[in-house]
Amino acid sequence: MDEGSALSLILNGDAALFAVVRLSLFVTLCATLVASVIGLPLGALIAVTRFPARDALIVLINAMMGLPPVVVGLAIFLILSRSGPLGGLGLLFTPQAMIIAQAILIAPIIAALTRQVIEDLWIEYRDEFGAMNVGLSARMKALLWDARFALVTILLAGFGRAAAEVGAVMIVGGNIDGYTRVMTTTIALETSKGNIPLALGLGIILIVIILALNALAWGLRQWSERHAG
Amino acid sequence: MQDRVSERTVSRNPSIITLEKIGLRIDATDLLVGIDLEIRNGPPTILMGPNGSGKTTLLRLLMGLIEPSVGRVHFHGAANGLPIRRAIVFQKPVMLRRTAAANVAFALAAAHRSSDAASIVRLLDQVGLSALADRPARKLSGGEQQRLALARALAREPNILLLDEPTASLDPAQTKAVEDIITRVADNGVKVIMATHDIGEAKRLGGDVIFLNKGRVIEHSLAQRFFTQPATADVRRFLAGELVL
Repeated sequence: MDEGSALSLILNGDAALFAVVRLSLFVTLCATLVASVIGLPLGALIAVTRFPARDALIVLINAMMGLPPVVVGLAIFLILSRSGPLGGLGLLFTPQAMIIAQAILIAPIIAALTRQVIEDLWIEYRDEFGAMNVGLSARMKALLWDARFALVTILLAGFGRAAAEVGAVMIVGGNIDGYTRVMTTTIALETSKGNIPLALGLGIILIVIILALNALAWGLRQWSERHAG
Repeated sequence: MQDRVSERTVSRNPSIITLEKIGLRIDATDLLVGIDLEIRNGPPTILMGPNGSGKTTLLRLLMGLIEPSVGRVHFHGAANGLPIRRAIVFQKPVMLRRTAAANVAFALAAAHRSSDAASIVRLLDQVGLSALADRPARKLSGGEQQRLALARALAREPNILLLDEPTASLDPAQTKAVEDIITRVADNGVKVIMATHDIGEAKRLGGDVIFLNKGRVIEHSLAQRFFTQPATADVRRFLAGELVL
C-alpha cells in the first residue's frame, strides 16, 4: 500500500515532493562544487610536494573523512549562531548553511582520495615532468586532467555522502518546510509522523539519483578507456 | 685504463660535456664511480654495457634529474653561444592521457614555446605522426609512442638529446623509423647520447662508444675502433656475446 502510494506521488509529480528533491539537489551539488574547489587542488598539492608536516596533514585529512556529521553540524551551528563569530552573516537555518556543512563533511573525502589518485599518477609521471621542467601549477593541472575519470568517481563518492547526510543539515538548516527541508530530513520527519508514502517516495528518488549518477560515472569511465586511453 | 682508452677518442669536434670524477652513491651502493669523460659534438655517443652498469643512471645525471655525490658535470655552451638545452626520452616514455597532438602541445608549453597548431604539426611531421595527431597517445603502438616521445623531446629544441634504449622491444620497422629520426636529428647538429644493448644499432648510429660496467667507464673510443679493436677484455667478451658480469 505504502509503496503504491509512494510511486503514485512520484508518477503524479507531487509538487511538495519535487520541491524537496530540487532543494536537495541544489544543496548537494553546490556543496560538492565547493568541496571540489577545495579538495581537488589540495589533494593534488599534497601529492606532488614534500614538506615537513606532510605526513601529519595526510593523517589529519584521512581522519577527517570520518567526521561525525552531527558534530560538524553542531560546530557550524555555534559558528553561525547569532552569538557565534559569523553570526552577523545571518546564515543559520538557510540553504547556504547546509551547503557549508555538507562541503566541510565531503571536502576531506575529496582531498584524501584525490591525493591518493594523483600520487599514484605522479609516481608514473615524475621523471617525464622533471625532464620537461613542468612547473608546480602546470604539473597539478596536468595530473588532475589526466586523472579526470578517476576523479569523477571521487566526486560522486562525495556527492553520495552529501546527499545521504542528515544530521548536520538538520542542525544547521532547521528542516524548515519549503525552505531548508531536503530529502533526508524530510524522510526522517515524515517517518516519525507516520507519513510513510512520502518518506518512501523520497527514499526511492534518492536511491535512483545515486544509482543514475554512478551509472553515468561507470559509462564515462568505460568510454574514456576506449577513447582517451 | 679509462684515461689511456679515452686518449684514443681522437676528435677535432669541440667538447660539449665534461664529466670530472663523477661518483654517485645511493643507500651505500656505488652506482657511478670515478667517471671522467669528454663528450664531443658530432655523431651520436653510444652508451653500452650490461644491465645495471650505470647507463640509465648516467643519462639521468646528464639530464639533471639526479645530482652526483662527488665530481662535477660541465656543459659547454652551444655553438651559437646560447645555453645548453637538454631533453631525454626514457626507455618506457609515459604518454599523457590525451591525444598525440595534445602531448606535443604540453611539451611545447612546458618549454615556454608557442604551442600553436603549426608548431605541433611541424613536430609531429618530424617524427612521421601527423596523420595520428588526434589519436589518444596511449592507443599508439610502442614505436609510435617512442616517436611521440621524441617529438615531445624535440619540442624543447635541445642541443643535447639523451635517449635511453629508445628502440628496445620495437620490431625492425619501428626500430628503423626511430633510428631514421635519430640520424636526422644528429645531422641537424643535436648531440645525441644514447644507451642501447643493440650492437647493430650502435654500429649503425654511433660516432663513439662508452662502455660501462658496475658504474665505471671501462672503455671510451671511436665506434670503429670499439668494434674492431676493443682495448679491454670486458668489451671483447661483450662483443663476442658472452655474459659480462
